[in-house]
Amino acid sequence: MTTEYEVVIGLEVHVELNTDSKMFCSCPTTFGAEPNTHVCPICLGMPGVLPVINRKAVEYTIRAALALNCQVAKYSKFDRKNYFYPDLPKNYQISQYDLPLATGGYVEISVDGKKRKIGIRRVHLEEDAGKLLHEGTGPKTSLVDFNRTGVPLIEIVSEPDLRSPEEARLYLNKLRTILHYTGVSDVKMEEGSLRCDANVSIRPLGSEVFGTLTEVKNMNSFRAVERALAYEVERQKEILERGEKVERETRGWDENRRITVSMRGKEEAHDYRYFPEPDLVPLEISRDWVEEIQERLPDMPDERQARLVRELGLPEYDAEVLTSSKDLADFYDACVKHYPEAKTVSNWVMGEVLGYLNEKGLEITDLPFRPEDLAGLLRLIDKGTISGKIAKQVFQEMCKSGKAPETIVEEKGLKQITDESEIAAIVEKVMEDNPKVVEDFRGGKEKALGFLVGQVMKATRGKANPQLVNRLFRERL
Amino acid sequence: MKISRGDVEHVANLARLELSQEEMEALTRQLNDILTHMEKLGELDTEDVPPTYHVLDMVNLFRPDKVGKCLQQEEALANAPDQDQGCIRVPRVLEGS
Ligand SMILES: [Zn+2]
Repeated sequence: MTTEYEVVIGLEVHVELNTDSKMFCSCPTTFGAEPNTHVCPICLGMPGVLPVINRKAVEYTIRAALALNCQVAKYSKFDRKNYFYPDLPKNYQISQYDLPLATGGYVEISVDGKKRKIGIRRVHLEEDAGKLLHEGTGPKTSLVDFNRTGVPLIEIVSEPDLRSPEEARLYLNKLRTILHYTGVSDVKMEEGSLRCDANVSIRPLGSEVFGTLTEVKNMNSFRAVERALAYEVERQKEILERGEKVERETRGWDENRRITVSMRGKEEAHDYRYFPEPDLVPLEISRDWVEEIQERLPDMPDERQARLVRELGLPEYDAEVLTSSKDLADFYDACVKHYPEAKTVSNWVMGEVLGYLNEKGLEITDLPFRPEDLAGLLRLIDKGTISGKIAKQVFQEMCKSGKAPETIVEEKGLKQITDESEIAAIVEKVMEDNPKVVEDFRGGKEKALGFLVGQVMKATRGKANPQLVNRLFRERL
Repeated sequence: MKISRGDVEHVANLARLELSQEEMEALTRQLNDILTHMEKLGELDTEDVPPTYHVLDMVNLFRPDKVGKCLQQEEALANAPDQDQGCIRVPRVLEGS
């Protein structure tokens, strides 16, 4: 008989804050600069320099912490975490050890329709390290670029509340959405502004004691996180099934081979000898400041989702999709403001708009037209200026050129033909050309009408009003 | 003895310091002397003194989020013994196995 196991996962997520300048110096944080041009004596760790705390980074950390339902500390401080690595010029990272900026929050995820609260143990503020490049410099050396060194970074540590790789992905996804709503980070895993490590262990179902955990690193996408965790869970199960013991160690995800590999050696000096950073004075966070930040916090995705259901009567599913990013929710709200048929707008945004964005790999902010243009397009359908089918064609054109729908309809001559006599002439021509089909219909074959209408639409390149065409046929048949 | 020879070896290893036998002996002795000396502080009556995490009586020293001047790449790399493509070149650290 095989034992049933319970999976226990906790995630450590690092998120780069999008302040203009670095954490302790005035170097810019912008991406894509020539290597080692966004550096100064402070972030390079030259002797005798003094770091000074970027107030905005502290504010952003508090904002993120509040969005994650955390308690913000009244008193907090920075510590030195000591280790040697070529991407760390000072040989210590300024981080927070025993007095983080925030503790005790949660994120709510929805698993198979059921809500689950995942605990957040702590949120602390630290500085990023530099970048090591291994390509193009021979097998024995690496190149170091210190441009990212000192960029403010928050670490968000979850409780070991996640019970499957899927839950881990859902949590990560929700965390990203929430942080994106707060605007404190770009949270792009592909660009490294969001990074994730995981602690994974398994234990026999019903056991109160945690199993030995392994730390999994190097997961570079959301999909990689789920895959790596699934692999690691299976690996640990096999070890226990063989009657052996899981070894506590750090393992790296190898995306090409789809396995985790031991990173022994790199982690042996796990003794970071934390001590209070003598160059920085402590933080006393006033309740007024916290309140002020709380007041300016935008609605979080859960609240917005609930509002779409409550106030606009949208189905849960629509509301969840439309609030999956703040930009999308803003776009939807703006459309509805100009065209108050909530469900119609939802259908178009979820269908045409998201379809187009997914196909092209674009973000909603990349659309070349405004929400009022989409509203304008829907009004053109209502007014009978164009059919729903032509509207989709106009939509594609809007995506391409960014032109207003009215302009496109005008320029391309897509206006629906509503002149009855003009369509009647075509209807009669189609009947004349298809005597067999006409007979079929008269003989009771309803489907034949669809064919005839189709012929008219073809002849008018979709511009005939379908209701009108239908009526004209029925009158004549 | 508060600090053993083993402690000194461990810390020296973490700090990537290569110490001779004599240095190791001397440091063990000196570090213990320092700790013994610091213990003198324990004789003070601190009953009415609030605890603190920092020696300076200051909090919340901030700078605004303003971008300032950086070093030129040549300046940043001036002290690097080896460089390539605008980067500092270092011996490769092996990751994974
Ligand atoms: Zn700097």
